Amino acid sequence: MKLLQNLGLVLFIIGLLVFTGIPFSGSYQLDRKMVLDHTKEMHQDAMVEVLEPMYENTYASNFSFIKDFNDLFNAYNEGLKEEQAWDKVIWDDYAFPLTKAASNGPVEDAPLLFLALSIGLAVMGGLLYAIPLYRNKPAGIKHDGIYFSSMKARGWLGIITGTYLIVFYIILYWYPEYLTNLVIMVDPLSILLSGGPASQWFLYGLIYTLAILVMGVRMFRKYKGNNYQTIRTASVMFFQLAFAFLIPEILVLFNMPWHDFKNIWPLDYSFFYEYRIEGMVSSGALGMFMLIWGIILIVIGVPAFTYFYGKRWYCSWVCGCGGLAETVGDPYRQLSDKSLKAWQVERYLVHGVLVLAVVMTAVTITNYFMEFGLLEQATNQFHSLYGFAIGSAFAGVIGTGFYPFMGNRVWCRFGCPLAAYLGLVQRFKSRFRITTNGGQCISCGNCSTYCEMGIDVRWYAQRGQNIVRSSCVGCGVCSAVCPRGVLKLENGQEAGRINDMPIIIGNESIKVKS
Amino acid sequence: MSENNIVILGNGISGVTCARHIRKNDPNIPITIVSAETRHFFSRTALMYIYMGHMKYEHTKPYADDFWEKNDIKLLFGWVKAIDFSTQELNFEDGEVLGYKQLVLATGSKPNMFGWPGQDLNGVQGLYSYQDLLNMEKNTQDIQHAVLVGGGLIGVEMAEMLASRKIPVTFLVREKGFWDNILPKEEAALVGRHIREHHIDLKLDTELKEIIGDEKGQVKAVKTSNGEIINCQFVGLTAGVSPNIALFKNSDLNTNRGILVDDQFRTNLPNVYAIGDCAEFKKPPGKDRKNIEQVWYTGRMHGETLAHNLTREKKVGYTPGIWFNSAKFFDIEYQTYGHVPPSWENPIRTFYWEGESGKVALRFLFDQEDRILGMNAFGWRMRHEFFDRAIKEGWKADRVIGQLDKANFNPEFHKKFYKQLLDKYNGENSTSIPLPRRSFIQKLMGSRS
Repeated sequence: MKLLQNLGLVLFIIGLLVFTGIPFSGSYQLDRKMVLDHTKEMHQDAMVEVLEPMYENTYASNFSFIKDFNDLFNAYNEGLKEEQAWDKVIWDDYAFPLTKAASNGPVEDAPLLFLALSIGLAVMGGLLYAIPLYRNKPAGIKHDGIYFSSMKARGWLGIITGTYLIVFYIILYWYPEYLTNLVIMVDPLSILLSGGPASQWFLYGLIYTLAILVMGVRMFRKYKGNNYQTIRTASVMFFQLAFAFLIPEILVLFNMPWHDFKNIWPLDYSFFYEYRIEGMVSSGALGMFMLIWGIILIVIGVPAFTYFYGKRWYCSWVCGCGGLAETVGDPYRQLSDKSLKAWQVERYLVHGVLVLAVVMTAVTITNYFMEFGLLEQATNQFHSLYGFAIGSAFAGVIGTGFYPFMGNRVWCRFGCPLAAYLGLVQRFKSRFRITTNGGQCISCGNCSTYCEMGIDVRWYAQRGQNIVRSSCVGCGVCSAVCPRGVLKLENGQEAGRINDMPIIIGNESIKVKS
Repeated sequence: MSENNIVILGNGISGVTCARHIRKNDPNIPITIVSAETRHFFSRTALMYIYMGHMKYEHTKPYADDFWEKNDIKLLFGWVKAIDFSTQELNFEDGEVLGYKQLVLATGSKPNMFGWPGQDLNGVQGLYSYQDLLNMEKNTQDIQHAVLVGGGLIGVEMAEMLASRKIPVTFLVREKGFWDNILPKEEAALVGRHIREHHIDLKLDTELKEIIGDEKGQVKAVKTSNGEIINCQFVGLTAGVSPNIALFKNSDLNTNRGILVDDQFRTNLPNVYAIGDCAEFKKPPGKDRKNIEQVWYTGRMHGETLAHNLTREKKVGYTPGIWFNSAKFFDIEYQTYGHVPPSWENPIRTFYWEGESGKVALRFLFDQEDRILGMNAFGWRMRHEFFDRAIKEGWKADRVIGQLDKANFNPEFHKKFYKQLLDKYNGENSTSIPLPRRSFIQKLMGSRS
């Protein structure tokens, strides 16, 4: 078994190396036709002329190709800006489609081979590693050696992993033209699903989904014997695969807008953007359903489900960000900061982002009803600011890249506006709580250590108090790791949900009214 | 020395709980906690998790380091070498002197050493203090085999610790069943099976005769009562603990096995109190309670109660409620409520159910009038409040068994054993207690039954 697992690790690393190497392969050659094919009609003449000097060259790497492209393209735009010819400046991003079109080489010739050698090997290796985990061992959570692990306790492996993720996200969001070979590699899969070629987002969605599935299998092994963990993990795997990956692509195949039915505003911050609304409104009955369903989720779904089950129904059962955090991020859950200071920062940040999202959406909708009058400029600025700072930098780069540094819920805890909204309902009007079992707590600290949201669970448990906190995503791990059976996630009557026990049960010496 | 200051010697659960509750009741009394073990309070029960890599030392501290200053509780890190009860002063090893108006002794326990030959060899130790943990870390580096002696809770913890580092363990237990001076036969067998499932070489009915050292004074083997020699580089002595009162021997303080106290934790000396593991009650604090209470929970209750008496006009005697305790044997959690001795006689009757896996079991004891006396639960979490009430109110057997769904504290979606248990109970007692039904709506809401 150990042999199989080591083989799995080797395969995974080979897959990862091939994946990392693919962008550096191949050569690049641009011609006039490619430019015509991939630019808007209004830009075609200009672009064909601007890029003229590139047609003769064969570039040995994407670095030299993109450098030349940027030099020419920027020089053209700068010239126009100096002349104050603002209407002629090209704001569109042509670097990605033209680099993709110009790419030649082994990946383009045999995309499926490279897909198998990179992502395929990594997935297979991951499964070979995960499936035999804890085989022939009695059920029970094994956290042995976590704090001796370089990967899980901020050692050099953790630092390398975090750095890799951060660099990957920066390239993905702001320099996707360097990833074109990887996108070409998944083109056949995209065509199969949606009928169209892949974008960097298809590549990202594919990796994201596979990561959740493989690490979900690891969760099944790690938490075997704990049905709550198993069912919850199966749930996030299902919602990611079906709702976030397959259904949206299939919708595109049928000429519908790409739509994730489980994503809810304000996490889905662009839901009320003009292009999204137009897309839905112009897509017939299904489009109207998307719009109405989305609004129902916001105004009825969130409060109703959260009232009955707590925010866990979404955060650790349905959500894609939560899905990644609960599977890929599980090995890092103990790294969240439990200090009071962190809790204070958390409250300012997460509610601040919620306010920002609400204000931005209000401006967007007002602008829409004012028929793009006064607020057009403000709306666009707002959108790009929010998209850059929150949508990309916070949710992506920090949210995932910081797993090995600050735990797996950095985004959910400090940044997610939907989590803030769900949290307000959970804190003030919900039947959900984590019940503390009388006086059985021994203050050992497993619950607090393994709380991914940085809640100091022990603070409440050792006082005999139930845990009612807006940030709790109901992952159930505090209950699972408690050695004395002290914690239970429950939905129950609101009365007595928040309790106080000045003298803990078991001591009759002192009579106090509680 | 200030007008009224309280000095607490020992920062375990008893001393710290006492300090916290004094501060709750009185915002002004100066409080000083003295300890030479660690600068801050940590959870002793969590020491094993540090060794196993589940947590680091800082995670075992129940309160953040700034908690003490915020609550105006002074922490003094130092070793007390003597106490002058007549001048009411603590003398520290470094020459410092600390006066007290009222002194609370909460010095805890130390591992039992029964004078085994070789018990002072290097690589032989107990596990109680933070220093013991550091020693264990040092003593178990690169060893091939470990032997544990004594079948209690600390023993099974040490077995789990060593197993987590893949160190083979032989576990010598004097009794015929594991912890069978506390557990009834079936439960002792259940735990014993589970220990063996984790590849621990559990030798029951076997005593330690001698620990054998090499020329460097390092342990190299143990000899058992069967004459067997087991090679090992580490020996864990876990045959219980006893009050840590070496400091008070030959002083005016009355001691027996522990520091003798009355029901208000008063010693024979004025303004000196003792709580927690180190205290020995002159009279047991309740029916079926021992004179020395050495568990986390009782330490906490002692602290709560003494704090009340030190800050309130109306003094109270220590009156513990229904007994409860818990532990974990590798993967199997154990909870107990009320009084369940290892054996009993008529007219006490019992009901025992064990799941097919052999890892889940419940035991109930009922008196001659069918009222519940106590229960043991293995692998099935139970609600403390439920049994506290049922035992206090003396519920009849059928009522307890018929409402176990309300007592269930297992996580949601956990495997359900209630029907199996009911079938067995109804069969043995010719009763027909039905399985409580929940409506679809109740199930959908996941409502607590």
